[in-house]
Amino acid sequence: MKWLHPAEVGYTVRQMLANMGLGARLFVRLAFGTFSSFKRFGLIRDQIHFLGNYSLAIIAISGLFVGFVFGLQGYYTLQRYGSAEALGLLVTLSLVRELGPVVTALLFAGRAGTSLTAEIGLMKAGEQISVMEMMAVDPIDRILAPRFWAGVIVMPLLAAVFSAMGIIGGWVVGVLMIGVDGGSFWSQIQGGVDVWADVGNGIIKTVVFGFAVTFIALLQGFEAHPTPEGVSRATTRTVVMSSLTVLGLDFILTAMMFTI
Amino acid sequence: MPSDNLVEFHDLTFRYGDGPVILDRISLRLPRGKVTVIIGASGGGKTTILRLIGGQNKSRPGQVLFDGQDVGSLDRDGIYAMRRRMGMLFQFGALFTDQSVFDNVAFPLREHTGLSEAMIRDIVLMKLHAVGLRGARDLMPSELSGGMIRRVALARAIALDPELIMYDEPFSGLDPISLGTAARLIRQLNDTLGLTTLMVSHELEATFNLADHIIVLANGKVAQEGTPAEIQASPDPLIQQYVSASPDGPVRFHYPGPSVADDFGLGRKESA
Repeated sequence: MKWLHPAEVGYTVRQMLANMGLGARLFVRLAFGTFSSFKRFGLIRDQIHFLGNYSLAIIAISGLFVGFVFGLQGYYTLQRYGSAEALGLLVTLSLVRELGPVVTALLFAGRAGTSLTAEIGLMKAGEQISVMEMMAVDPIDRILAPRFWAGVIVMPLLAAVFSAMGIIGGWVVGVLMIGVDGGSFWSQIQGGVDVWADVGNGIIKTVVFGFAVTFIALLQGFEAHPTPEGVSRATTRTVVMSSLTVLGLDFILTAMMFTI
Repeated sequence: MPSDNLVEFHDLTFRYGDGPVILDRISLRLPRGKVTVIIGASGGGKTTILRLIGGQNKSRPGQVLFDGQDVGSLDRDGIYAMRRRMGMLFQFGALFTDQSVFDNVAFPLREHTGLSEAMIRDIVLMKLHAVGLRGARDLMPSELSGGMIRRVALARAIALDPELIMYDEPFSGLDPISLGTAARLIRQLNDTLGLTTLMVSHELEATFNLADHIIVLANGKVAQEGTPAEIQASPDPLIQQYVSASPDGPVRFHYPGPSVADDFGLGRKESA
């Protein structure tokens, strides 16, 4: 029971507080101190291409399949109450308010977050971060900031693609395969979805998730031990911490949105 | 009037966190325009000296002076301004793996100068020509040999025409031809560009041929410094162990631990 020794507990708590402090300082620096990155938008544009384009296929295909499933499950439930024509509204609200932002963030953490962590961690292991510091170039401004802002910009766009593909998936299953009336499907969406209350809240969620997932990925890479094992652990931590953070934030944001 | 020494250490002590003392009240100097080489056992604080000069580590007590400026008292902007006057070649080059040879060398120019791309192109090609790799400008780091990687890193380190250039074990892992090429380049660049050079190295033959000034570091202290001839002629057993590359001597071959008899149970066997 060595870990119960007061000195061990104190050391662990001190380390945790120090890590939290480092993380908080980095977040404040990235979120409020790197707007100058936009002066060199080319760096952000390259990262938007890297994070966005390469995540597009998995996001689009996942959205389509989630839409297929929603079409089937939604029809199964709604037809019991004679409301099958509301299938479009059910699929759209579920995707735009909830599943679009959350599943996109989870997929983004797995696809782009891990690649960010591994890239930064391997740069550190290869002394590329140190060499940049020795060249009087701040790695936070030059390496982390463009990736951070690219992640924040890309997440809402990817969530929009996810939701759009999901709605198409629901339409394919509901209208083309099952035979729900196409006019009802689209008119229910048009009449029932509020731009601010539904789409707006979904966008707010995606932006918050974009901040959270991209920051966690960058922090884990930047603080990774510069060894193969250290990078591997950091990559795993990115997925675990991002997923839990997204789910936790989703609950908080949803509660706030229903309350306010 | 500037001092004869570009870098000076005064009574400097350094340790990482709560760990053992790495450098113990050392004082040393890097004469301007000369090639100074630090030799000593692995883990003896040689690379730490480079990091202290670059301001990547700060120490108390003691002082590191770069051109008369106390490195430890500089703020971030001061450190960055100072680093623009120095170049550093890391042990394995540390090239940016996602950028071509050309872009690697152009990196510090694009970051720190407002030069046009046409001007940057000319400077990059001149630097690459100096290290014999002008023709390799479009290659990626993964397509280069170890020796070529270090030459590209050298071209990048001199891109901004620094006053001081530091090399962290530039010869490790190089074949004899690449080693000879690297040693000639270091000497040529030092003399033609009027640099001050600091090098950490374990390659004694190349070091003795190349250096103007050698510092031997042992047990966290400066054991001796002088010209290659003075170091080779030293009667000190520690210096002689380095010069003759003897496996045992004042620097022990075996890491401290239990005795052989204890580890292999020799005493117990005899008593049984």
